[in-house]
Amino acid sequence: MKFTLSWLKDHLDTDATVQDVADTLNRIGLEVEAVEDKAALFAPYVIAHVVSAEQHPNADRLRVCMVDTGRGEPPVQVVCGAPNARTGMKSVFAPAGTYIPGKGITLTVGTIRGVESRGMLCSAFELELSDDHEGIIDLPEDAPVGQPFAAYAGIDDPVIEIAVTPNRADALGIAGIARDLAAAGLGRLKTPAVTAVPGNGPCPVSVSLAFTGEDAHLCPAFALRLVRGVKNGPSPAWLQRRLKAIGLRPINTLVDITNYITFDRGRPLHVFDAKKVAGNLVVRHARDGEEVLALDGRSYALDPSMVVIADDNGVESIGGIMGGEHSGCDETTTDVLIESALWDPLNIAQTGRKLGIVSDARYRFERGVDPAFCEPGLELATQMVLDLCGGEASEATLAGSIPDTRRALAFPYAEVKRLTGLDLPAGTMRGTLEALGFLVAGTGEVVEVMPPSWRADIEGKADLVEEVMRITGLDNVPAVPFPRLEAAVAKPVLTLLQKRTRLAKRTLAARGLVEAVTWSFIGKAEAELFGGGDPRLALANPIASELSDMRPSLVPGLAKAAQKNADRGHPDVALFEVGQVFASDEPEGQTIVACALRRGTARAEGVGRRWDGEAKPVDVFDAKADAMALLTALGIPTGGLQIVPGGPSWYHPGRSATLQFGPRAVLGAFGELHPRILKALDVKGPLVAFELTLDALPAPKAKPTKMKPKLALSDFQPLTRDFAFVVDREVAAAEIVKSAGAADRNLVTEVTVFDVYEGPHVGEGKKSIAIAVTLQPTDKTLTDAEIEAVSAKIVEQVAKKTGAALRG
Amino acid sequence: MTDIPTLERTLIGAVAAAADEAALEAVRVSALGKKGSVSELLKTLGAMTPDERREKGPLINGLRDRVNAAIAERKAALEETALAARLAAERVDVTLPLQEGPQTRGRIHPISQVIDELTAIFADMGFSIAEGPDIETDFYNFTALNFPAGHPARDMHDTFFLPPDDKGERKVLRTHTSPVQIRTMLGQKPPIRVIIPGRTYRCDSDQTHTPMFHQVEGLVIDKSSHIGHLKWILEEFCKAFFEVDQVKMRFRPSFFPFTEPSAEVDIQCARKGGEIRFGEGEDWLEILGCGMVHPNVLRNCGLDPDEYQGFAWGMGIDRIAMLKYGMPDLRPFFEADVRWLSHYGFRPLDLPTLAGGLSS
Repeated sequence: MKFTLSWLKDHLDTDATVQDVADTLNRIGLEVEAVEDKAALFAPYVIAHVVSAEQHPNADRLRVCMVDTGRGEPPVQVVCGAPNARTGMKSVFAPAGTYIPGKGITLTVGTIRGVESRGMLCSAFELELSDDHEGIIDLPEDAPVGQPFAAYAGIDDPVIEIAVTPNRADALGIAGIARDLAAAGLGRLKTPAVTAVPGNGPCPVSVSLAFTGEDAHLCPAFALRLVRGVKNGPSPAWLQRRLKAIGLRPINTLVDITNYITFDRGRPLHVFDAKKVAGNLVVRHARDGEEVLALDGRSYALDPSMVVIADDNGVESIGGIMGGEHSGCDETTTDVLIESALWDPLNIAQTGRKLGIVSDARYRFERGVDPAFCEPGLELATQMVLDLCGGEASEATLAGSIPDTRRALAFPYAEVKRLTGLDLPAGTMRGTLEALGFLVAGTGEVVEVMPPSWRADIEGKADLVEEVMRITGLDNVPAVPFPRLEAAVAKPVLTLLQKRTRLAKRTLAARGLVEAVTWSFIGKAEAELFGGGDPRLALANPIASELSDMRPSLVPGLAKAAQKNADRGHPDVALFEVGQVFASDEPEGQTIVACALRRGTARAEGVGRRWDGEAKPVDVFDAKADAMALLTALGIPTGGLQIVPGGPSWYHPGRSATLQFGPRAVLGAFGELHPRILKALDVKGPLVAFELTLDALPAPKAKPTKMKPKLALSDFQPLTRDFAFVVDREVAAAEIVKSAGAADRNLVTEVTVFDVYEGPHVGEGKKSIAIAVTLQPTDKTLTDAEIEAVSAKIVEQVAKKTGAALRG
Repeated sequence: MTDIPTLERTLIGAVAAAADEAALEAVRVSALGKKGSVSELLKTLGAMTPDERREKGPLINGLRDRVNAAIAERKAALEETALAARLAAERVDVTLPLQEGPQTRGRIHPISQVIDELTAIFADMGFSIAEGPDIETDFYNFTALNFPAGHPARDMHDTFFLPPDDKGERKVLRTHTSPVQIRTMLGQKPPIRVIIPGRTYRCDSDQTHTPMFHQVEGLVIDKSSHIGHLKWILEEFCKAFFEVDQVKMRFRPSFFPFTEPSAEVDIQCARKGGEIRFGEGEDWLEILGCGMVHPNVLRNCGLDPDEYQGFAWGMGIDRIAMLKYGMPDLRPFFEADVRWLSHYGFRPLDLPTLAGGLSS
C-alpha cells in the first residue's frame, strides 16, 4: 500500500515530518517498507532559462546552449541534442554530479565534439516522469528560474509504502491509515464527511442478485447509479500526479476516480459505460464455458464457482475482481453506471487465485472492505464524477442489503495487564479504543466494546488488548525476567533420540566426515531406486522434477552431492547426514537415519596419496568401520549384533551387510554401492556408505545408580595362541571367531583374525583364516597340559561349526 | 720381573689405539684377563715377602687401576662415537607433512551447530525440545492454528501439497514449525516450555528463499506468562546467542493468525564492509515473529483461554546462522559443497556450552 505525505494530510491534520510518520507507522504495526523522499532525489534539478541556443560548430544535430540557472552564477554551457532546444525557453537543468534516474548515470563534465558541456537539460523521460524523450521539458514562460523543479511540478511529495497485514483491511485506504496515526497521537483526523448526492429520477438500470439463500453471502449488497451526460477525458493534473506517485497509470477521469477512491478510502468501485450495457444487470454465478475479455486485455475462462455481473450481452465484469473490456469507460463515454458492491472475501480469494488476477479490488475485497461504506462510497464517487466530468445523477439503487456487523464484546480492562504486563489507566485504554472508532459502553472494570464496521478482524478481548498495546507502543511494555519453574539447577531436557542424534553428528565428524544437509525431497526415479516411490509421498506441486518425492534414504542425496564435488575437482569426499527419511505419510513413517558416504580415497585414516603409503580407495570396511564406531559411540552393545551378508538392493550384494539384532530388529546396513545404482544415478565410484536408523536402536537398560560394574583384574598374565584354519570360501570369518570364543567362555577373552589367504596353497574354493586367541587365566597360571586341552577344544569347536581343518 | 712403567706405557698405548669395542676388549683381556699381563703380575704378589709386597703391591695395583680406568674411559668414548654415528644414520626429515587427521577434516554443519547453541541457551531456561513430523495434516498446519479455510494468510505460505487421500484430504509439508505447538499442547499439560527446531518447506525458490529451510519455534503456556516475559526471553536470547553484552530490539505490532497480540522483532545492527555487528549502528534487521497464543488456538487444544495463557515465537535458524557467522547466501546451506562446508562448518569437538561459551 502506497501513499504520499500530502495525500495523507487530506485526512490528517499534522505537522509531522515524513520520518515521524514512518516511525509511528512502524510502531503501531503498519510496517514501512520504503520511504521515497522525492524532494531529496530531485534536489539538484532546477528551473533554468536558456539564454541562447546556437548550432554546434561540429555537429548538425547538437546545439550549444548557455543556461541561466537563476543562482547568480554566470550562464552554464551545455551541449544539447534535443530538437526543441531554443533560445529563450524555460526548462529543467541538472549540473554535473547529478544522478539521472531515467538513464541510470551520474553526469560528469564532458567534451562533446570539441565543445565542453557542464550539465544537462532534461527530458521528462530522464526524470522518469513519462515515456516522453522526444525533447527537453518545455516549461511555461512564467516558470520561476532557479527554483527547484520538483516543488514547482508537484513531484516532491514523499511516497510511503507500507506492508499491510491480512487482518488490517481498513489500512488499505489512506483514511484508515490516518485514523491509526491520529489515535497514536500524530495529529487530528479530518477525513471529509461524505454527503449524499440528490438524484434525478430512479436509476434506469436495475440490478438483481440471482442467488439462493445459501449463496446470498456471495454478494450481500450491490449499489448502482447512473450519471448521464458526462464528459470523460484525461483526469486533472493533481489526480494524475497522485495516482502516478503511487505507481498507478492514469487512464481517464472516470476510471481514475474509481482508483482514487480505492486508495483514498479502501473502497473499490467499478464504472460501466451505460450505453454499452444491454438491459438490466444481474449478479450471478458464471456459467460453464463463459468467457470474458477483462480490462487487462486478457480473456478469462469462467466457471460456476465464480460470481459475475452480466447483462443481456452476457458477462460484463468479474465481480469484485476486474471489469470487462466490452463495457469499460473510455473518452467516448457519456453515460456512466457506477457500482459499489460487497463481495464474499473467500469467494473473491478463490476466484482471484483460480484466474490468476491480482487487482487492487481483489486485494481489498478478499481482506474484507467496510460494509458500512458501500453506499457512502457510491455517493463519494458520484460527487467526484459530477465535479470532474459534469452530468446529471440518477437516484441510487441498492440490491440486497448492507449486513449489520454490530457486535458487543465484553472487555475486562485487566486483560491488558494479564496478557501484556502493561499497567494502564482505564481512561487511557478507553481513549485509545474510541480514537480507533470503537464504541465503549459502561464504566466498571468490564466494559462493552463495539468494534467499528471496518474492523471485521476484531473477534474478542485479545484483539482489543492488541489494539491498546499497539497504540501504546510495544516499546513501553517493560521486559520482565522469566522465572524458572523451580529454583534449581536446570534439569537435562533432551530425549534419548535427541541425544543420540547430536552424538551421532559429532562422532561422524570426528571420523573425518563432513556434515551435509541435503533436500528432503529427491527425484522420483531416485526414490524408486532406494525403496521409495510411494505415490502418497510424491509432492503434488514440486518445485522441480528432481525435487519431487520425499526421500526414502539419505544415500541418493549424498551420492549425488559427492559426484558434484568430484565434478568440481574434489573427488575424495566423505559426507554424512543425520536426518529424516520417509516410509509413509504418517508421523510414524518418518525416522531419523545417520548415513555416511565415502568416495575415492576419503578414508578415515587419511585422504589421497602420501609419501609413505599408497592412496587406497575406500572399500566396504571403511563403511563398516564408520557404522561400528557410531554404534559404539552411542553405547549400543555390539555383543549380540548380527552382521548378515547382503544389504538392501542399492548395495553390492557381495560387499554389503545388514546390521541387526534379529530379523525383526534391523538397525541398518553398510556396503559398497551397487554398480547398477551408480550408473542410474550417473555417479562414479568407488562409493561406500552406511545407514543406521537411530529410532531403531535399543534403549539402554534402566539402572538404579550410575555405578559402573565392579572391575575384576586378574593377577595372571594373559597368553595368546595362534591357529590357522582352512575352510570353504563361503564360511564367514565371524563364524570361526564365534566358535573359537565359545570353546571356553571363561578363558577366551579375545579372538582376532590376523591373516586371510586364498590361493594355490589352500586349494580351489578354500581359504585360510588365521586367528589369535587370547586366554586369560583368573585363578592360577595355566599348565602346558591345560593350554593344550583348551587349544584342542578350540580346534574341535571351530571344526564342528565351520568344517574347518587346522592348516598343516 | 717386567718393567712396570714400560708395561703401563705399552698397555695405555694399546687402549688408546683400540679402534672399536672389540679391539678394546682384546686389550682388556690381554692385560686384565685370566692370563693377562697385569693379572700375571698380580699373581706374583702372593709369593712375595711382606716387605717386597709392601713395595711392589701399590705399584702393581696402581698399574691395574690405571689400566682399568683407561679402558673405561676409552670404552665410553667409543660408545659415544658409535651412538653419534647411529643417531646420524637414523636422522629423518621431520618436515615431511602429515596427512590431515579425521578430526581436522570432519565438520559439523552450521545448522546443527546453531541448533546445539539454541539448545544450550534454552535448556538453561528450562525449555525442552519438541519435534514433529515434516508431513502434516491441514488441521495441524493451518486449521488448529486459526488459519480460516481460504484465508489470504494461507496463500502467503506457498504450501507444498501431497496427493489427496480417499477422503480428498491433502497432507502438506509443514510450512512452519508451529504445528508442533498444537501437538505439544494436545500431548502434555501446562506448564509448557519448549523450543521446536526443525525443517520447514515452502514452494518458493530464489536468491533468498529455498524450498526447504529451518525454523525454531518457542512456546510457553502457563497461567501467568505475558508479553513482558516474552520480551525478556528474546532479549536475553539475542545477547546469549550473538554473544554480545547489549542488544537493542524493536518490537513492531504485526499479525499472525495463531497469536494475538502479535509482533515482529527487529534487532539493531551496524553493517560495516560486509560485517554485521549487533548492539550498535543504525540499521534494523527483522529476526523473528512472536505473540501471545491466540485464544482460538488454546481452545483448539482444549485449554481455556481465560485460565491458560502464554506466548510463542518463531525464527529462521538458517537466517540467524547467517547473521551470526556471516554466510552471505542461503542456497549453499543445502548444496553439500565441501569447500563451503569446510569453511563455514565447525570442528567436531566445538561443543557449544554456556560454561565455556557458545563459540570458540
